[in-house]
Amino acid sequence: MELRLEEIRHSYGETDVLDGISLEVPSGGILCLIGPSGCGKSTLLRIAGGLEEPTSGRVVQVGAPSPDSLNPLTYIFQDFALLPWRTVAGNVSLVLEEHPLSKAEIRDIVDDVLTRTGLIDFRDALPKNLSGGMKQRVAISRALAVKPAVWLMDEPLSALDAQTRELLMDDLVGLWTKTPFTAIYVTHNLAEAVRLGHRIAVLSRRPGRVRDVVEVRTPLEARRTADPQLEAHQRRLWSLIRDEAQAADRELVRG
Amino acid sequence: MPTENPAPASAPIPFRGGGFRPKPIRFVGLLVFLLLLILIELGTRTGWISNLTLPRPSDVFATLWSLAETGLLWDHLLPSVARFLVGSAMGVSAGIALGIMIGLFSLARAGLVPLVAAIFPIPKIALLPLFVIWFGIGEGSKYALIALGTFTPTIVATYGAVDNVDRTLIRMGQSFGLGWASIVRKIVLPGAMPGILSGLRISLAIAIILLTAAEMIGARYGIGAYVLEAGSLYDLERLFAGVALLSLMGVVVNWTVAKVEQRVLRWRV
Repeated sequence: MELRLEEIRHSYGETDVLDGISLEVPSGGILCLIGPSGCGKSTLLRIAGGLEEPTSGRVVQVGAPSPDSLNPLTYIFQDFALLPWRTVAGNVSLVLEEHPLSKAEIRDIVDDVLTRTGLIDFRDALPKNLSGGMKQRVAISRALAVKPAVWLMDEPLSALDAQTRELLMDDLVGLWTKTPFTAIYVTHNLAEAVRLGHRIAVLSRRPGRVRDVVEVRTPLEARRTADPQLEAHQRRLWSLIRDEAQAADRELVRG
Repeated sequence: MPTENPAPASAPIPFRGGGFRPKPIRFVGLLVFLLLLILIELGTRTGWISNLTLPRPSDVFATLWSLAETGLLWDHLLPSVARFLVGSAMGVSAGIALGIMIGLFSLARAGLVPLVAAIFPIPKIALLPLFVIWFGIGEGSKYALIALGTFTPTIVATYGAVDNVDRTLIRMGQSFGLGWASIVRKIVLPGAMPGILSGLRISLAIAIILLTAAEMIGARYGIGAYVLEAGSLYDLERLFAGVALLSLMGVVVNWTVAKVEQRVLRWRV
C-alpha cells in the first residue's frame, strides 16, 4: 500500500502551519521528514494517519493494505504512549482486543511480537519498571502486533539517550531488513534521517513547504556510521535547513 | 595566598543536599498518641487537669469496655455504620457516574458544573430539616444528607481526574482503532482512578461528620445520638468514648482507602 499526501494545507486559527505539501510514500520505503522545530512535521504526520483534519488537501491510500493488517496506519509516538496500568503484554494485547480474535490467538500474537523485539522475559513487567528504550520497544511490539501497512513514526527516538538511540536504530534497521515496511519517519535528527530514510523530505520553517526531497540510494543494511556518502548527504541536508533552523530559533526567542 | 601556601589545604566538601524527602517512620504516630494519653492520664490523676476539663483516659476506656459488655456498643455502632455505608455508597456512586459524564460530554459539563459549584459550598447540615420533611425523620433523611455530602466532593474530584487523563493515551487508543467504549473503559477510567480515590478520602471523611450531625438531630441510636446525650448530661467519659469511636471509624475508613489504593494503583510510579 502506498500513501500519497496531496496539497495538504493546515492552519491553527490565523497561523498557517502547512502550506501545500505533496509527498508520496512508495510501498516498502521509508520517507523521513525533517525540518526546523515548529515546521509542522508532527502535524503532517497526524494528518497522514487521520488523527487531525487538514484545512484543505487530502491523504490518499493507493492500493489496499494486506488483508491480515489489523490497523493499516499505525503510529509510534515520541513519548511511547503506553498505559502505565497495563503490563508489557497487556499493552500489546490492548490493541488486539478490539478485533475478533480468541484469547489464545491474542496470546500467540503477543508472544510472537515480544519474542521478535526481545521483550518476552519482560512480558509481565509494568512500564514504570522499564527504561525508555524498553518502553519504546514495547510500543514497537504493539505496532508489530497489528501488522501495519504504513508506520507513522513521530520522533520515536527523541526521548531516548544517545546510546539507547543507537541500539533502537539497529533494531529498526533489523526489522526493516527482515520484512521491509512502509513508513513516514519524522525526526529532527539528520543522522537518523540518513540512516533510515530512502527518501528524505526537507520542510521549510512555518508555514511548512517541501524544500527538497533527497534520495539516499545506499541499502539500509549497508549504511554505517561515518560512511562518507551518508555524511555528504547529512551535510547537504544541514546546509538546506541550517538558515531555516536559525531563523526558527530566533523566532521562538522573539516569541 | 599561593606564594605563602604552595600545598593548598584540602578539605572535604560538606554534604548539603538531603532533606525535603518525607519517608515513612513506623510507630511514631502511635507513640505520640500514647504519650498524649499518658500525659492526660497523669494530669487528671494528679489533679493538674481538673475532672471537668478532661476525663481520665482510663475511665473512657472503662466506659467503652462496659459499652461493649452490655451490648449497647453494637446498638449504637451498627446503625451508624449502616447509615455511613448506605449514604456514602449512594453519594459516591452518583458522584463518580456524573463526574465521568461531565468529563466526557461537553453538554453535561456545561449543564452540571455551575450547578455543582452552587451546591458545593452549602453546609449540607443546614439542609437536614428539609430532608426530614422530604424523606421523614427515619433513615431516609440521614441517607440523603450523607449522600449529598459525599456526592459533591466526589463529582468534582472525578471530573477533574477525567480531565487530567493523558490525552496522548487517548489519541493512541484512537490511532489503533479502539472504540469509544473501550477508550473510556480501558484508558479514561483507569487513568482517572488516582484522582477519584483521593477524592474518596475527602468525601468519606465528610460522610462521618455528616453522619454524626444527622444522628444528633434525629436518632435514638447511633454514635451521634450517644455523644449528644452524653454531652447534654456533661458525662465527659461517655462523650469521649463516643468521640473515640468516631475517630476510630475515620481511621478504619482511611486505612481501607489506602489498601484499595495500594491494590488498584500498583502501577503508579
